[in-house]
Amino acid sequence: MGDTQVFEATRDAYGRALVELGALRDDLVVLDADLSGSTRTKKFADQYPDRFFNAGIAEQNMMNMAAGLALAGKVAFASTFAIFATGRAWEQVRNTIAYPRLPVKIIATHAGLTVGADGASHQALEDIAVMRAIPGMHVIVPADGAEAEAAIKASLDIEGPVYIRLGRAKVPTITDGEFVPGRGSTLANGDDVAIVACGIMVARALEAADRMRERGINCRVINMSAVKPLDEDLLLRAARSCEAVVTAEEHNVIGGLGSAVAEFLGANCPVPVLPVAVKDRFGQSGDPDALLEYYGLMPNDIEAACVRAMQMRG
Amino acid sequence: MKISLRDYRDSREVMGSAGVENPPGFRMRISPSLTADRQKTLQDHATRLRCDVINALAEAGSGHPGGSLSCADIVATLFFDVMELDPENARWPDRDRFILAKGHAAPLLYAALAGRGFFSRDELGTLRKLSSRLQGHPDMRKTPGVEASTGSLGQGLSIAVGLALGGQLDGAAWGVYALLGDGELQEGQVWEAAMAAAHYGLDNLVAIVDNNGLQIDGPIAEVMAPEPLADKWRAFGWNVFEIDGHDIWAIHGALVEAQGATGPAVLIARTVKGKGVSFMEGECDWHGKAPSQEECHVALEDLIGGEARG
Repeated sequence: MGDTQVFEATRDAYGRALVELGALRDDLVVLDADLSGSTRTKKFADQYPDRFFNAGIAEQNMMNMAAGLALAGKVAFASTFAIFATGRAWEQVRNTIAYPRLPVKIIATHAGLTVGADGASHQALEDIAVMRAIPGMHVIVPADGAEAEAAIKASLDIEGPVYIRLGRAKVPTITDGEFVPGRGSTLANGDDVAIVACGIMVARALEAADRMRERGINCRVINMSAVKPLDEDLLLRAARSCEAVVTAEEHNVIGGLGSAVAEFLGANCPVPVLPVAVKDRFGQSGDPDALLEYYGLMPNDIEAACVRAMQMRG
Repeated sequence: MKISLRDYRDSREVMGSAGVENPPGFRMRISPSLTADRQKTLQDHATRLRCDVINALAEAGSGHPGGSLSCADIVATLFFDVMELDPENARWPDRDRFILAKGHAAPLLYAALAGRGFFSRDELGTLRKLSSRLQGHPDMRKTPGVEASTGSLGQGLSIAVGLALGGQLDGAAWGVYALLGDGELQEGQVWEAAMAAAHYGLDNLVAIVDNNGLQIDGPIAEVMAPEPLADKWRAFGWNVFEIDGHDIWAIHGALVEAQGATGPAVLIARTVKGKGVSFMEGECDWHGKAPSQEECHVALEDLIGGEARG
């Protein structure tokens, strides 16, 4: 990455997008649970105070108030940290938002290890799994601020509930800021091994691919921000061309992007699928970069997985 | 401290937020008072609802009679008098909204909707069967007239609060009526919602607690006492009306007063679980068990005696 690289946290892009959407859509309302400064919904609250509802530290009530506002004809954006949005309020989301297919957009920030020093209690590593398991729920994990903004805007056109997973830390802008529901994008071409990544791991996948290219290995890098519905066509083409797949995500190895990819390819194009993810452990306090290294989410971890996947292919 | 939504906005505007146009003065619709004729009619409706519940449950072979019978007088008063609805146009924007927080009383809601003509009463016989529009617990996507999918206890009041916020935002005249169980008050989320309703000064929200005193595992006072109910709701900033939940006059009168109240209002309706059926009254066992055909006959006999059945 050059010096001109732009860095932005996906949550900052969210705050920006909400203010813009608020001007376009009178029916847009926003809810938060006492974290509006951190989730950046405060920008919307300052601009449109009549359409902002702070539920206080009561995430379950917030989710169902969002459902009620949706029943009153509003499009509701509900935000808090990922651990609370998907953990504390999972059953509210499942029964009262997803089951009746209400237009509630759950935009959760502070997902993953990169929450940093707050530690395991605040580091959601299971959120993709539990949201993905809900019928009809869209699950989107943007790679950077530009894509986050596009996904948030696109979520308005998705009928029914959407979960968008955002982070706390600044990340390099690597996408062209486009998002189409159910579609991933190929950021680097290659036929030796395919790296399918989401969120902050996309930039790391690109870094790994650069290094491997120097060793003569051509990696295909796919940004699978659309974890559900998955871009099956893109995945199938990658698996057929490369015959070896590595997944990379800032999430537990159980139930996340790696599982989604393995479930699909296992049934449709069985090739080695090796996950780079947190190995079924809780996080801990630490500097975000130090945590990513400690838990094996570095470019060299992706590189090692790629080499193994190619060996397994034979 | 209780503040109305309007005060809340004004204070923010004073603080220098962007100019927001307040909604025009809104007020929840107030129903005309009850006449003796109407009272008698509503009582008949309540009896009809109870019969429909018994028949539907006997046909289904499972379901929840006790808590459906206990709130039949409340539901009859709401659906056949107080609430403005349009069965021809179930999604009429100006309709009053009813949220059955105690979703297991679905058979009663279905009977009321059928009674109002949202669908045929014959359809009540499909309750709980595969591919039926009448699910074991209310499904807003399947049943005309059902406003929200409920059944998981503790969530209905929060939905009602969100709906009322939406109505207030639009300056709408329609009101939101939420029917809760008393055992349901053991769910902490109910009190999150209660706090929010008072905080936002929701004039257009009326909650009714079906205080039948029993839950699946026994008397609520033994399982996990939610008492004192009235004091708790008052402490949370609500207008409280304590009534006999089988007295149509009392129910109606309290609903009208609640409509005119400033801030949210709750009716704590003392009821008898299984009301109207001799062998079900006050019996925990009849929370979630369907009557056999024989028991169904006895129940209908209790409810309508020698009158024609069906």
